[in-house]
Amino acid sequence: MFELIINNPIFTALIALGGLALIFGAILGFAAVKFKVEGDPIVEQIDALLPQTQCGQCGHPGCKPYAEGIANGEPINKCPPGGQSTINNIASLLDIEAPNLDEEHGEEKELKTVAYIREDECIGCTKCIQACPVDAILGAAKQMHTVIVDECTGCDLCVEPCPVDCIDMLPVEQTIRDWHWQKPKADLIATDRHVTLEQMHEENAA
Amino acid sequence: MITNLIQTSKTWETPGGVHPPENKSQSMQLPLADWTIPDELVFPVSQHLGAPAEPIVNVGDKVLAGQKIAEAMGAMSVPVHASTSGIITAIEDRLLPHSSGMTGLCIVLKSDGEHKTIHYQTCGNYRLQTPKELINKIRDAGIAGMGGAGFPTAIKLSPNSSTIIDTLIINGTECEPYITADDRIMQDFAEDIIQGSALLGFILGTPKRIIIGIEDNKPDAIKSLRTELATLTSTSSDFTNIEIATFPTKYPSGGEKQLIQIITGKEVASGTIPSSLGIVVQNVGTAMTAYRAVCFGEPLTWRVTTVVGEALETQRNHKVLLGTPVEHLLQESGFNQKYSSRLIMGGPMMGFALPDANVSVVKTTNCIIAPSKSEMPAPPPAQACIRCGLCAEACPASLLPQQLYWYARSEDHEKLQNHNLFDCIECGACSYVCPSTIPLVQYYRAAKGTIREKELEKTRSDHSRQRFEFRKERMEQAEKEKEAKRVARKQAAEQAKKLAAEKKASALLSMGSDSIESVKKAGPAIGGNSIESGAIESTIESDPVAAAMARVQAKQQDPAAQEAKLKRSVDSTQSRVEKLLQRVNEAEGDQKERLRSQLKQAELRLQDAQKKLADFASSIETESAKTVSIETHTTVTETTETESKPKKPLKAAPPKVIDAAAAAIERAKEKSEALAKMSPEEKLKSQLSGLQTRVEKARDKVKQAEVDALAGKVNEHIDALRLGLEKMEAKLVTTQQAINELESN
Repeated sequence: MFELIINNPIFTALIALGGLALIFGAILGFAAVKFKVEGDPIVEQIDALLPQTQCGQCGHPGCKPYAEGIANGEPINKCPPGGQSTINNIASLLDIEAPNLDEEHGEEKELKTVAYIREDECIGCTKCIQACPVDAILGAAKQMHTVIVDECTGCDLCVEPCPVDCIDMLPVEQTIRDWHWQKPKADLIATDRHVTLEQMHEENAA
Repeated sequence: MITNLIQTSKTWETPGGVHPPENKSQSMQLPLADWTIPDELVFPVSQHLGAPAEPIVNVGDKVLAGQKIAEAMGAMSVPVHASTSGIITAIEDRLLPHSSGMTGLCIVLKSDGEHKTIHYQTCGNYRLQTPKELINKIRDAGIAGMGGAGFPTAIKLSPNSSTIIDTLIINGTECEPYITADDRIMQDFAEDIIQGSALLGFILGTPKRIIIGIEDNKPDAIKSLRTELATLTSTSSDFTNIEIATFPTKYPSGGEKQLIQIITGKEVASGTIPSSLGIVVQNVGTAMTAYRAVCFGEPLTWRVTTVVGEALETQRNHKVLLGTPVEHLLQESGFNQKYSSRLIMGGPMMGFALPDANVSVVKTTNCIIAPSKSEMPAPPPAQACIRCGLCAEACPASLLPQQLYWYARSEDHEKLQNHNLFDCIECGACSYVCPSTIPLVQYYRAAKGTIREKELEKTRSDHSRQRFEFRKERMEQAEKEKEAKRVARKQAAEQAKKLAAEKKASALLSMGSDSIESVKKAGPAIGGNSIESGAIESTIESDPVAAAMARVQAKQQDPAAQEAKLKRSVDSTQSRVEKLLQRVNEAEGDQKERLRSQLKQAELRLQDAQKKLADFASSIETESAKTVSIETHTTVTETTETESKPKKPLKAAPPKVIDAAAAAIERAKEKSEALAKMSPEEKLKSQLSGLQTRVEKARDKVKQAEVDALAGKVNEHIDALRLGLEKMEAKLVTTQQAINELESN
């Protein structure tokens, strides 16, 4: 047997390679079991890109379910709160072409808003509390409710169930703490520049 | 000799840097001007980096100079003090000296011109106090970095307990053009500065070296500090670790990281703070005010500000009360609006244009520039980047401004961070050298702002994801609990049913023996007296028939409430139907379908409720009459039932009992009808005959049982049967007696 192997180098090679294949196969098999990834990592990645307003405008009961939907091949342009930037990010993650936002599901809002309850008018029906996906409304039956501004995602879901229409969506006002410089305006093209310089001198003279 | 030693302090060179025209001589021609008290002073509650202070005075309060008017909120905050005496006239939003041109909370003080101060508590030798006490004093005096950033000094003075500070650098660099405020105080308050340096050194655990770093364009300041240091060193040994380092003028040597590199040759790593190298940097102004606060008890109420520019008649340094409007300072200096192009707070490189002169001087205001149009013309429009690379040569942080510019333009935030955008100190050297006059720093500032905003949004969205998932989990949990409860209730109901059946069966058995007795009692009762029938009822309380009767009674007792309840249900269903109708009209698509089905359901329910109400109304009249008869029937049913099935075995009871009960009810009905027709005598007679037959039957059964017993079969009911027989016989006797009595009557 041993001699046969020695005499036929092809057997040596076969045994060596076969042995290696077995060893690596065993290691890989073990790793596949040991380091099994629970859940679908792509869903987590998509979910991380979504804005987490939990508004349901995409037709899903939250961002995670939509992420699952996208992972199962749904269009990625159904998220108005995320807007085009979210679509672009998801597109680059999935390596597909970024479509435009599907206006059917709503328009991208210019300003971030938060819910505000006109507290004198609140009758304490708790309907908005049940509708809030992030538990940002505080109150109890027959007690006045109020919105925790820091927790509100501006999803609008509390507005519709209110029987007395006492919830407003107010734009978030900028404070000095979150103010930052704006990018300088786009460069002028060469032909405009000349005119603008002249204009500027005129202005200075005036 | 000491002076020689100091001169030999080695310095290093930093990369990049520029040499803009210094323009420092204009404001150094005249000595320091004393303050004049304006009519109105405005104190923003946020004059430092960190959380705004909280006002602790009310409108109308009289305050004295040095009195605390706003308290620090949290660790990263410092209080605000009134800088002169007067009355608080308002606590409101006012325009802030900030690049955003936004408003913020300010305390407005109307001065009385007397400048009465609170009593300042002086302290002899601060070395007798602990560093912690001294830090608290400094914090309480409202001291924040006087160089321009306004970082709370107390925080810089209390680094991690694990880090040992071996070098304290006092920053007297003042590298920005035009500004001479620090130069001025180094000449005028040299003693305070050196004393303050020693104080800060003492607080930091007496570092090996305390170095006052000054650019060589301020020879007078260097001279004055050196003389002062020589004098102090000769009197005390507390100042031996203080040295003065001078180095060539270059913008921006005064940046914290740059100065550290110049003086120690060490570079502060990206993303870390100087204390990780055992170094702390403080401004000369901070050292001075800290010393005054600790030794003279003086809170931070004034500072030295350079007021300069060609639109002014006099350009000099002023002692300014904090809160003084810029307008007041300009008037003092003979401001000429006609020549002015704009107002700048801070230096020309890093300062910002003021939106209005109606803002106040704050703790960080080191300079106000009112340039003429020729002095600082509006920047020409930016042209295309020609990739000359001058900006990269000028960058003191060794970044690649050109790359940053491209990425900032295309908002490629990942690349910007990879190119260390956050190491940019926004010194403006790149913009200064740019031949295309591109406002590079503004791009970087905007990009930094956007990235910070994005990060904030990210944390917020992570937070709301967490909350959403928690809520989902909670709802699922609640649903599960509900389901579990439902199942439990169902089981409990089944159990109760079983139990009731068992109970009933056992009750039937025991009743079998009692039945003769009860019939005896019921006999006369049926005749007319209902009190005894009530007694029977109470003995068989657990029985469903009794419960039903109780319900009927309750129903009869309160028909009005019943009716109201029905009416209410009709009303609510009606309103729901109306609401749904309205919604259906408003809704669209799928929702409409769903709402429609809901509507249909509601309508059905409404019909049902209306029908119920109508039924109730019609039934209510007949109800009372019915109930009386039901009562008698039921009583009879009871007795008959129990008596007809005395020996039924336990397990077979429930289903058969029902049939038997129905039959018994029928029989009892007939019986009671018959009884009603009969006269008392006839009744008794019929009872007697019934009893007789029953007694006979019972006798047979007892005999049978006795025979069984003899044959070895155990009949557990034999005693009960015997007892029943005896009772029946007794009853028979009494009934016969009653008949006899009736007959004899």
